[in-house]
Amino acid sequence: MFSQLFFGYCALMIIVSGLLAISLRNPVHCVLMVLVLFFHMAGLYLTLNAEFLVAVQIIVYAGAILVLYLFVLFLVNLREELHLTAFVPNAWLGRIIAVGLAVGLIATIPAFTLGEKGVWTVKAIAEATHTKALGQEMYTDCLLPFEIAGLILLVALIGGLVLARRDEGGGECGASDDPEPHGDHKEVCR
Amino acid sequence: MDILLLLVWIVILFIVVMLHVAYATYFERKIIGHMQVRLGPMRVGWHGLLQPIADGIKSFFKEDIIPENADRPIFLAAPIICLAAMLTSLAVLPFAKGWVLADIDIGLLFIFAMSSLASYGVVLAGWSSNSKYSFLGGMRSMAQVISYEISMGLSLVGVMLLSGSLNLSAIVEAQGDRFLGMYILPQCIGFFVFFVSMLAETNRVPFDLPEAETELVSGYCTEYSGMRYAIFFMAEYIGMMVMASIATICFLGGWHGPFPVPFFPPLWFVLKVYLFMFVFIWLRATLPRYRYDQLMGLGWKVLIPLALVNIVLTACLKAVFTLGG
Repeated sequence: MFSQLFFGYCALMIIVSGLLAISLRNPVHCVLMVLVLFFHMAGLYLTLNAEFLVAVQIIVYAGAILVLYLFVLFLVNLREELHLTAFVPNAWLGRIIAVGLAVGLIATIPAFTLGEKGVWTVKAIAEATHTKALGQEMYTDCLLPFEIAGLILLVALIGGLVLARRDEGGGECGASDDPEPHGDHKEVCR
Repeated sequence: MDILLLLVWIVILFIVVMLHVAYATYFERKIIGHMQVRLGPMRVGWHGLLQPIADGIKSFFKEDIIPENADRPIFLAAPIICLAAMLTSLAVLPFAKGWVLADIDIGLLFIFAMSSLASYGVVLAGWSSNSKYSFLGGMRSMAQVISYEISMGLSLVGVMLLSGSLNLSAIVEAQGDRFLGMYILPQCIGFFVFFVSMLAETNRVPFDLPEAETELVSGYCTEYSGMRYAIFFMAEYIGMMVMASIATICFLGGWHGPFPVPFFPPLWFVLKVYLFMFVFIWLRATLPRYRYDQLMGLGWKVLIPLALVNIVLTACLKAVFTLGG
């Protein structure tokens, strides 16, 4: 009973804050709404006994990624609102398409069937604690996908580093040719 | 009935912590005063003992000024976000065996989550005040907290590896009550990294750039007055206490001491926390402030690599010892 009420509250808040996040005027308020949304997502994970996921959701999404968004918002300093030409000319046409898509999505829900039960039942996870269960699965059965995901992240990291370096060095410094531009060298170029 | 009992415990903890916060300010002013060959507060009560109470009453009755161009709802909410996040993290701290409100399995991660939430309060205070000093203070705090949270998290991975748990009570139990069992010995690199990041995370000297008085007036809380200003201070002192408790739990063996104390089991815990608080204040009286680029360089180029090395070393040594033994 309590967990159903809790689920209902979290689901409602996720929808409300999600709607507010795309409809509020002030971008900082929008980011705050996304923060509220992340907290209720964490609440949903809690109803599934996924404690580790709850903590990581708050630490990574709310504590790091969203703060970076705020940082970008502050640095960009949006004085005036951006107006883009609409992709669909009539607003009502767009709304009809959106409702159609929503109906299509909801119509596919009955086709959803539960998969087979694995080794980790709710009881087994509660016994071993969620963190341990997750770690054991990740570093034994799912090691290869885990390593691949790690590699992709590493590539993205190096890509970001390269882009940042090139911007900083400027054209005449030739920073793009030099794989490891030295700090003092860059200072001279500026 | 259980819920009622829990509520009573929460209220007791709240009152004790608030009194502690009030007297931590007294403690700080007295210590810094004596270190600088002054007397510190002397007028209110014997040796100024009632000074914190007087300060509290004063800040309650002061006018709460809100700047005209401030973003009102966020301006009002920011100090409360700070305080609520800090108070929430008190729930998972084990003060003695069984003296914990919520003995959850992810205690350590919960503390990280709450401390990252508290940084929102500071950032939003800086932004919503609509003043350049506040804004710069908020921005600095944001960058500082993001960078030092990484090294703090990584420095505690060694502790997690050794104890095999994220539950704070289990971490204390894993260290045992012997002196050599304390993780400060095998985890000395981790402790060093944690200690430095702890100072940065609580915005204390030498990393108090978000409220650098000489450059930014008072940083993110420049526009605050009265009770809301006091709430920021409470949040800061509770943050100090939480971080000192985490250091005590993870590295100094928590509530274990040379001999068990009857009637008041958390005595050793409290003493160790106060040792850390004293070091916090001692550093404030001694060290000058870091420059901003030095702060970032230290965080990213020294502490994070050190913490990573510590993780690899700890994991390798643990693997060798468990295979050998």
